[in-house]
Amino acid sequence: MSITLEDPRVIEFDVRTDEMLVNMGPQHPSTHGVLRLLLRTDGEVIYEVTPHIGYLHRCAEKIGENLSTPQWIPYTDRMDYLAGMNMNLGLALAVEKLVGMEVPEKAMTLRVIIAELNRIASHLVGMGAYGLDLGSFSPFLYAFREREIILDLFEEACGARLTYSYITIGGLTHDVPNSITIPSGLAALTRRSPNLKLSWLEALEMFLSWLEPRILEYHTLLTENAIFIKRTAAIGVLSREKAISYGCTGPVLRGSGVDHDLRRDGEKIYTRMYAGYDFEIPVAPFKKAPPEAILGDNWCRFYVRMMEVVQSIKLIRQGIQKYAKAEGTYRVPYKMTTKLPVAEAYLETECPRGQMGFYIVGNGEDKPLRARAKSSCFCNLSVTSELCQGCLIADIPAIVGSLDIVMGEIDR
Amino acid sequence: MSPADIHQQLVRQFGDQITGANVTALDPWVEVAPAAIVEVATYLRDDPALQFDALNDLCGVDYFEPDAKKAAKFAHQPHLEVVYHLYSYSLKHHLKVKVKSPRWKNDQAGELPEIPSVSKVWLIAEWHEREAYDLMGITFTNHPNLRRILCPEDWEGHALRKDYAFPLEYHGIRGQ
Repeated sequence: MSITLEDPRVIEFDVRTDEMLVNMGPQHPSTHGVLRLLLRTDGEVIYEVTPHIGYLHRCAEKIGENLSTPQWIPYTDRMDYLAGMNMNLGLALAVEKLVGMEVPEKAMTLRVIIAELNRIASHLVGMGAYGLDLGSFSPFLYAFREREIILDLFEEACGARLTYSYITIGGLTHDVPNSITIPSGLAALTRRSPNLKLSWLEALEMFLSWLEPRILEYHTLLTENAIFIKRTAAIGVLSREKAISYGCTGPVLRGSGVDHDLRRDGEKIYTRMYAGYDFEIPVAPFKKAPPEAILGDNWCRFYVRMMEVVQSIKLIRQGIQKYAKAEGTYRVPYKMTTKLPVAEAYLETECPRGQMGFYIVGNGEDKPLRARAKSSCFCNLSVTSELCQGCLIADIPAIVGSLDIVMGEIDR
Repeated sequence: MSPADIHQQLVRQFGDQITGANVTALDPWVEVAPAAIVEVATYLRDDPALQFDALNDLCGVDYFEPDAKKAAKFAHQPHLEVVYHLYSYSLKHHLKVKVKSPRWKNDQAGELPEIPSVSKVWLIAEWHEREAYDLMGITFTNHPNLRRILCPEDWEGHALRKDYAFPLEYHGIRGQ
């Protein structure tokens, strides 16, 4: 029996769907700052995502042209404000490359310790906030409890908790203190007396041995969580070729299977800091990945960050050992009014979110002719429209969160 | 491959389109004529001996000294440069490519100079060129979507130009 149009069992659907424009942000909590995404959707399905950036734009590069390079360091703190130390390090190394400056071994060892400690703090926020985006509240609280101790330690070392300006041209502004009172958070967690006096490095060591076993707990809470895997695995897949062409760096690049880390593959002025250290570079695909996960998806990008925390702990431990034997001082002086040569230098360093580049053009004066900051998040964000095509609205926070962006660095 | 070899290969391939080089600088660079930049960029990306698959950075530099007293001592002729920092993931080598252009098209102040866009060669160039247009005032021809990216659409001027005049007022907000 054939069914005809007149057949009463045939229901004609005459529901026309229009495209809809949805504004996400610039004050949406899951966009990690002031990012506005303009979504063109058909029902729940995304056709196009247009990121609108610039809400935090301060034209830091213009400011940099009107200051001498040491004076610009506090402005780099405010770029990626979750990893200020790594930003300071990037600029300091670029200027050292330009003027051909040698840094003592002790300063290099301290720089490794400080930069890796900030990488842990930054990845902790990345992990906690990502859980929050996907509706899991508790990892955020644990991540901030741990980060608090790192900030306490930074405060003891340089006096600031967020905008450090600690790593400077020629070394660091201070040596780490020999005697501090144990940070109250660390005392409470490790059940020590709050009046305990110890050296900064001992407190750091104590924190690391407390943090290391906690990473397993984060894996139980997030990485192996069935809901988390459902929200991240096989979503937002970024191919290796696209990742390279879009200029993605850091965990986003390694999550797509490119084995590249500037701490190993970078320029000599940067890699010599890490010479003699034993560490691995986590690159997707992973043996421990759930069967649903595929190369270059949200889960892989997240897992790269988690594995990097383990490697950073390993690096800091070796740094503490080296510090005891390191020669030289923590800084060679660099005058505020030092004239830059008529030359130019570009240097990229491996920051928690990717490769941050500083390009300084000198012109025989103390102020550079051009001070350029190439942002890693800027490039990482540019893949959003590519990744979000065809996914659901609910996947947008999962994809943007997995890129782990900081708007201060994108807008500069 | 050493920077000098890369330069030699490019000269063999493109002749006088390669307008200069400094292979002993801190970051060795090769200068390319503006009209040939897309062709050279495609070659740099696709040639098996070069394989520059990544554009690390693209930015503009304004060589100009607005202060008349200092201008006499200024080491450069006034001009604009677009600087491309290239990297090869497979061969692990770097190259800097420069394109020089006059500060204004036809020397008419306010008319933006034109340089062909490389956004078809490296996808990230699309955003970097929008930024260079926004802040440095360079028009990239054949760009799919050349709009301001960091400043608002109705902003006047290009902030990283050395002779940029700071606005006195923007939508009722007083300037300096």
